[in-house]
Order: sequence, then structure tokens, then C-alpha cells
Amino acid sequence: MKHELPKLPYALEDLAPVISSQTLEFHYGKHHQAYVNNLNNLIVGTKFENADLETIVREADGGIFNNGAQVWNHTFYFSAFSPKPKAAPAGKLAEAIIADFGSFEQFKEAFAKAAATLFGSGWAWLVKDAYGHLEIVQESNAGNPLRTGLTPLLTCDVWEHAYYLDYQNKRPDYIQEFWSIVDWSVVEYRFGK
Amino acid sequence: MAFELPKLPYAFNALEPYIDAGTMEVHHGKHHAGYTNNLNGAIQGSSLEAMPIEAILKDVSKLSPAVRNNGGGFYNHNLFWTVMAPNAGGEPQGEVGKLINKSFGSFSEFKEKFSTAAASRFGSGWAWLVVNDGKLVVGSTPNQDNPLMDISELKGSPILALDVWEHAYYLKYQNRRPEYIGNFFNVINWAQVEKNLNSALG
Repeated sequence: MKHELPKLPYALEDLAPVISSQTLEFHYGKHHQAYVNNLNNLIVGTKFENADLETIVREADGGIFNNGAQVWNHTFYFSAFSPKPKAAPAGKLAEAIIADFGSFEQFKEAFAKAAATLFGSGWAWLVKDAYGHLEIVQESNAGNPLRTGLTPLLTCDVWEHAYYLDYQNKRPDYIQEFWSIVDWSVVEYRFGK
Repeated sequence: MAFELPKLPYAFNALEPYIDAGTMEVHHGKHHAGYTNNLNGAIQGSSLEAMPIEAILKDVSKLSPAVRNNGGGFYNHNLFWTVMAPNAGGEPQGEVGKLINKSFGSFSEFKEKFSTAAASRFGSGWAWLVVNDGKLVVGSTPNQDNPLMDISELKGSPILALDVWEHAYYLKYQNRRPEYIGNFFNVINWAQVEKNLNSALG
């Protein structure tokens, strides 16, 4: 099947000043698009030619995995943002965060540390395991927690292209600002599925 | 004895228009300085403080990730700044030129191989020209790993390095890594690479 770049649920300028329209123009319009194009080119004539994206993320290796997972990861990353986000989790997700991390503040601190200390390019994830417990994991490059049986709930892209135009070397500043555009209603929905 | 951030051998704007002053300033003043400080922090009070960086990297598998990452970052950038210069580039003469022809067939074949290594490194990392057993080899390493490290697949004495972390080019080239790689060839300091070759061959 032919993979498509999904539309963003907001305009390019809507996340500024946390993420500038210039960053989104490249991050979504060039990087995300290139992963889609590369994936479509790479799967021709392989057993993944008709596979859905999640199957590719779970089963592929090499270039097909790298590009397929980067398509999935970016779609997941971009779709958790909103210019008018729900600022904190409620209900069952809030209860799970308190049960597994102590408090929402302690969760944010642990997640921010995972994002700040991942060396090189990659992603920090909030995930749910098979028993419904929450964990924070780090994945390098195109890594994706679906590969280890975990359910992703939220991710922060710490490839330098995600923040370099706006924050340069100051990755911790980007992570701190990231919280103000995360829409917890999206994360609650993912948790409840 | 602490490791010191070396001074750049030229001004921030000396490599314009191929590498812009803004990039050089953050790259040297923040990233390289960060690796240097973090390396010093990671080895403070240990016997590693008395060792040259090359000796530390050689047995890095026995050391902490902080030493591997920051020691690599310190060494790699030290080399990177010196293999670039203003009014440089072109095709190498001397022993490097000869050995490139011998090892790769021609300069253009070398250039293509090196560019492919740099462009196809997925994520953050470095492309290298190394001397191994008297021969030149091209390859790449992830993150701040390098060919001196025992954990590296690519082995040898580095004589030329290209940083392909996004921080090395993003302010000027954004997603266009291949364009950055092409322009790197306009600033390669082949005279320094020749010196590096001579010391590697002993």
C-alpha cells in the first residue's frame, strides 16, 4: 500500500513560540515527508509492499524499519500537540500516573530526564505495558516501543532537527516548553483504547 | 590534569559560506565545550586523568557511557576543526593523494564513497577516512564513537573526519545533509590530512 503524509491537526504557525512554523515546515514538510517517500520507494517488491504501517514497525529491519518507524513516530508525535491543549491528565490516566510515578510533577521530571539524557538522536516515550502499568523508555534513532510489546502513549522527539532552529544546543529548554503544547485529552484517549 | 577545549585554528566566519559563523560558534563554544566539561567530570579523581585521550578511547568498552560519549565527542571535534581550513579543499597532492588513488582508484571514487558513508549514517554520527594496516579505509560510526575505540566496527587511525550530527549543519542546511557534505570538500585541509597520515604511518 502507498503510505501518505497525514495532515497536521493545526496550522504550521499554531505551536509557536514553543515550536516555530519554520521548524514545522522542515520537520513535517521535509523530514516526515522524506520518510514517507523513502518508505514507499523501499517497500516495492518486498514482503512489506502491502503491509500496513504498524506491521512494518513491528517486523521490518534496516531501511524499511528506519523509514517506516520514523513515519509512525512523527505522526504520533505531531498528533499529540494542540494550540489549545488540555494541560494535565484527568480520570484513569491521572490515577495511573500517580500510582506509577508518585505525582504528575514527578512523572514530568522523569520523562524530561529521559528525553534530555538520550545520547544522539532518538525519542523518549511514555508507554503502557501489558498489565496497564506506565513506564518511561528511551529509544535511539527510529526506535519504537511497539517492538517490545509496549503501547506508546506520548513521545518527545529529541533528534536535533526537532528543536535546533528554535533552541540550538539547549535541548532541556525545548523539553520544558514541550509540556505546554501536549494535549492530554489525546494521551487519555490513547490510554483508554 | 583536565582536558582543555582547544582554540579554533581560525575565526568563526573563516569557513563561510560553506560553514556559517553561527554554526561554528555554537558547535565549538557549546557542543564541543560541553563534551570537554562532561569528560572532565566523568574522569575526575580517577587514573584516567593522567592518560592521553587516545589511550582512554582504546579501552573504552571497560569504561562508563559518559566517558565513551564525551571522550569521543572531545576527540572527534578536536580532529574535525583541524582538518578544515579557509582557502582549502581541492584535490590532495603528496602521499595522501597517492594513497587515495591506490586505495580507491581515483579521487572521485574516494569522494563518492566518503560522501555515501556520511549521507547514509542514520541518526547522529561521523564519517571517517582512516589508515588501517597501511591502507586507507572509509566508513562511519554512530553518535560520538570513533575508529580508535575497541567497541567500533570501523578500526584504524583517523586522518579525516566529518561530523554528521544535525547540529553540525542544521542552522544552514536543515534537512539537506548531502549539500553540507558536498560543501565540506571545499574546506578540507589536505595539508593537515597529510600530516595525520604521516603520523599514523609512523
